[in-house]
Amino acid sequence: MRAYVARRLLILPALLFGISIISFALLNFAPGDPAEIILRRQNPEEPPLPEAVRALRQQLGLDAPLPLRYGRWLFDVLKGDLGESYRSGTPIMSELVKRFPATMMLATAALALSVVVSIPLGIIAALWRGSLLDSLSRLLALLGAAVPSYVLALLLMLFVAVKLNWLPAIGYGSPKNLILPAIALAAGSSAQVMRLTRASMLEVLQQDYMRTARSKGLNERTVIMVHGLKNGLLPVVTMLGINLGHLLGGTVIVETIFGWPGVGRYAVESILQRDYPVVQGFVLYMAFIFLLANLAVDFAYRWLDPRLHFGRQPA
Amino acid sequence: MEGTLRLRALSLRIHRRLRLFLRDPANVLGLVIVVLAVTTAIAAPLLAPHDPTDVSLQDRLLPPGRDFPLGTDHLGRDELSRLLYGARTTLRTAGVVLAVVFAIAFMVGTLSGYYGGWLDTLLMGLVDLLLAFPGLILAVAIAGTLGPSLMNVMIAMAAVWWAGYARLVRGMVLAIRNREFVEAARAIGASDGRIMVSHIWRNILGPVVVLATLDMGWIILGISGLNFLGLGAQPPTPEWGAMLNDGRPFLQTEPQMMLYPGAAIFLVVLGFNLLGDGLRDLLDPTTYPR
Repeated sequence: MRAYVARRLLILPALLFGISIISFALLNFAPGDPAEIILRRQNPEEPPLPEAVRALRQQLGLDAPLPLRYGRWLFDVLKGDLGESYRSGTPIMSELVKRFPATMMLATAALALSVVVSIPLGIIAALWRGSLLDSLSRLLALLGAAVPSYVLALLLMLFVAVKLNWLPAIGYGSPKNLILPAIALAAGSSAQVMRLTRASMLEVLQQDYMRTARSKGLNERTVIMVHGLKNGLLPVVTMLGINLGHLLGGTVIVETIFGWPGVGRYAVESILQRDYPVVQGFVLYMAFIFLLANLAVDFAYRWLDPRLHFGRQPA
Repeated sequence: MEGTLRLRALSLRIHRRLRLFLRDPANVLGLVIVVLAVTTAIAAPLLAPHDPTDVSLQDRLLPPGRDFPLGTDHLGRDELSRLLYGARTTLRTAGVVLAVVFAIAFMVGTLSGYYGGWLDTLLMGLVDLLLAFPGLILAVAIAGTLGPSLMNVMIAMAAVWWAGYARLVRGMVLAIRNREFVEAARAIGASDGRIMVSHIWRNILGPVVVLATLDMGWIILGISGLNFLGLGAQPPTPEWGAMLNDGRPFLQTEPQMMLYPGAAIFLVVLGFNLLGDGLRDLLDPTTYPR
């Protein structure tokens, strides 16, 4: 276990280095000269003078060779400086940090929702395989996997918020505002988690240790709860880590629709305004968060599954 | 004689599998939806009653009627024609993405798995790197940085999507690289290229194609998501995600503008998911008999 953790932590810098290269490349592929874009924003009336562009390029260090520019950029990033927005001139890092709690709240709510709904449903479907409930959960999973989050979001908005007036359509601040976006975001991954839980439980139910547990006289409840769930839910833990990526990605769309003040909406607004440094900062920031989350999930998985504690004590 | 016998046995087996496949109504439904969608995409010019880009402001937001079976949108364009042509845009885009993803994944995965060593380390390092990003976020960023166009949506989707498949192909290549028939081919002097193409690819193509069908739904969701955000098809190109976005301001008064393309995306994704599920069961003998 300790060796595994050490190895994972050793790969981390390499991955972070790669992520930084891709993020840096992204801004370099963006069309347009940053110096010119900045000058145009300062004075939208007339096109900037070539001398002014050249001067600003020099000031921003854009005329330096690529590796040097990358080095300088990386140094800034390590200090927590992601550059400034073309649009507003504000530091991107502080904008992201300010908005991230809203995104995290939405993603966590969606994850919680998908866990609370889909894991019990998946277990029930596996235990009562072939029953009406099983078919119903299959249908639900099919619908959930096929409906795009933005269609579900708009439908919820139209029916629950506008027609029935049960919940607010847009806004932020109260728990009521959280419900519709969380449902829209959770639907797709819930469907997956449900199916995986079912499949995993079905496999576990056939294992020898289940029969052993039964034959030593444990009651059915203990067999299922202790031996079944403990093993059956292991793959689901990994799935949740992968799902966090889907959820974080999904926030981009869901936040835009519900006017949720998170980093996803900020990124989309920036993209549509060609504010490329923000897009770059957003990708870097989210990749970093995703990496840490996956690391945590991975360690949790190792810790939960004693079969994987190799190296700790020779059997 | 023996050859024909073996052939008959094989065709019997396929028949049996096919019968089992067709016995599940879910599989049939998936097949029907996919075939219908593809037919619509191909025959859109024959089926559509109007030019999907024909703007006519005096006909804007008409209810369904004789001239416009599903009514018109905010610019007076025929909704039905736009939906039919939209199938074309969506499926073509998804098809191109899938083809590019396949090409890259097969090249990278095979080279990586077959040769191993530093090449494997390098290529799989790249794959791990791409998988370290939340997929949709990277796709949004790439498409957004390159500028809004359908082409850039395809580039963004393919750039993000190939990595998972490359890993998959590599795993399969590793599993059969040292099998006897590969060894035998090498013994009779077959070149590496020939071994990879005619011995290795032939054996892993089936499972990967099935997984691709299964993933087609995800790809369509991703593409229409990017289009919905305004990063893809530009007006007046009919595309379902973009049509949904057009309908957003009219959500309360003209919900059908959002419901039609939404239902279209939903149905096609559902179709591919059902078909993919069925095909996977068909190829995986452990799932039979149920």
